[in-house]
Amino acid sequence: MTETPAVEGWFTTGSEPALIASKCEACGTLAFPKGVDFCRNPACDGETFVDAELSRTGVVWSYTDAQYQPPAPYTPTSDPYQPFALAAVELPEGIVVLGQLASGFGVDSVKVGAPVELVVEPAWTEEDGTVKTMWKWRPTAAAEGGN
Amino acid sequence: MSNDVAILGVGMHPWGKWGHSFVKYGVKAARAALADAGVPWQDVDLIVGGETVRNGYGGYVAGSTFAQALGWNGARVATSYAACATGAQALDTARSRILAGQAEVALVVGADTTPKGFLAPNAGERWDDPDWLRFKLMGMTNPGYFALYARRRMDLYGATSEDFAAVKVKNARHGLNNPYARYRKEVSVADVVNSAVVADPLHLLDICATSDGGAAVLVTSVEYARKHGIADPVKIKAISTVTPTFPNTIIDMPLFSTESTAAVAAPELTFKESIGHAAYEEAGIAPEDVSVAEVYDLSTALELDWIEDLQLAKRGEAEALLRAGDTTIGGRIPVNPSGGLACFGEAVPAQALAQVCELTWQLRGQAEGRQVEGARVGITANQGLFGHGSSVIVAR
Repeated sequence: MTETPAVEGWFTTGSEPALIASKCEACGTLAFPKGVDFCRNPACDGETFVDAELSRTGVVWSYTDAQYQPPAPYTPTSDPYQPFALAAVELPEGIVVLGQLASGFGVDSVKVGAPVELVVEPAWTEEDGTVKTMWKWRPTAAAEGGN
Repeated sequence: MSNDVAILGVGMHPWGKWGHSFVKYGVKAARAALADAGVPWQDVDLIVGGETVRNGYGGYVAGSTFAQALGWNGARVATSYAACATGAQALDTARSRILAGQAEVALVVGADTTPKGFLAPNAGERWDDPDWLRFKLMGMTNPGYFALYARRRMDLYGATSEDFAAVKVKNARHGLNNPYARYRKEVSVADVVNSAVVADPLHLLDICATSDGGAAVLVTSVEYARKHGIADPVKIKAISTVTPTFPNTIIDMPLFSTESTAAVAAPELTFKESIGHAAYEEAGIAPEDVSVAEVYDLSTALELDWIEDLQLAKRGEAEALLRAGDTTIGGRIPVNPSGGLACFGEAVPAQALAQVCELTWQLRGQAEGRQVEGARVGITANQGLFGHGSSVIVAR
């Protein structure tokens, strides 16, 4: 079974995966997803960027779940539908990034401010059997130990 | 020289799921606004349509679609699209032309026919469109974003599901006598908290539906109003359509992330705070002077956010206002006397205009069965996709 990222170039895989942001070579502004042509900083005319891996750990800004199956183009992963949780996570670089919570974790697993780390997990399976992977946020032990 | 324009007429088509063309709702609303003003369509020299993106080409050129349906009268035409702020942006176009002396009588119309269920993205594979990608990659729906904001209120300020339900209970009661509201039925706290959870912590009854509907506002120069024998019309004092200031640090629908504070510190005001702030500045009116507010309760919890964003309460204190009954009609600062989106459901290009219609009736003392006594100053607020938002201040 082949596993490939659901979207090319947005995150690294391996044992310590990370999100890949664009870093403006002129002012250092970070942007995720990468692929911007122009720096978002209104005071900067930068047009060249380098890839910069974002921190793999952050704290939960907020969280929710999807108790009803989202509409297409969302690809269901099971039949019947199984709800999943989502979190917006604040990284040390001063950027908040959304993602699903890692499989097996729900809204009861986190609080605003709880620490999480980035993992890469299967997201859905294509008709040809290819497994698409996505970044997800996994609550870390510190949260379970009482936040 | 005053920067005011007069609201001479307002009109709406009732919200619902009628299954007709959006053109029908828009024209009904337009004719109601013209009749309300006592101004013939032939006197209108500018028509501005709020675009609907779900109804084909006629929706993309809404201004001319409505003009043709009303009967071509040679008026200038414009069409605006600004997501939830569409109606306010259309109104701003009308106001600007009037204040520039390029129009005297402008009709602003927004109407929509909406599909059932979650608002889904446009069809096709669109890997460069964040609105498509957020569904594809994460299954992130609009209620998902509303739920993030709601959960933050709970964890940071101690809001409860019962607080959120109380917003719905209040708005349902407000809308009971509103002939344009789609849902006119009392709702209890138990009804809300026992309804299915859609996106934790929000229940089905915490989240607004999507509706068909139409609204229209006829605006004129103050001089035209005076010539027309109306010395004291409701006036538009401000229309704020500001964009965010970089870096926008609150995650917005439909994006994956916020902008980063790595190189530039966060601005003093959040985007939503800046929308209201700009309106107050433009109007020269302070939050303390506001008698009534119509805000975008896409979810119950969002109404509480807006109350603070509009400086009607300090951060984290909107629940206290709600619990004290201050935001109920008869309270210190009634919010959503129309019943809000809770009673209407969202008809995107019409909604920001519907807010203005309601405030106009409130300021004229014509909001039968839901009147805020002695209302003199009203404010609206909404936020839509991709950095659009608006706040309109009207006063008498």
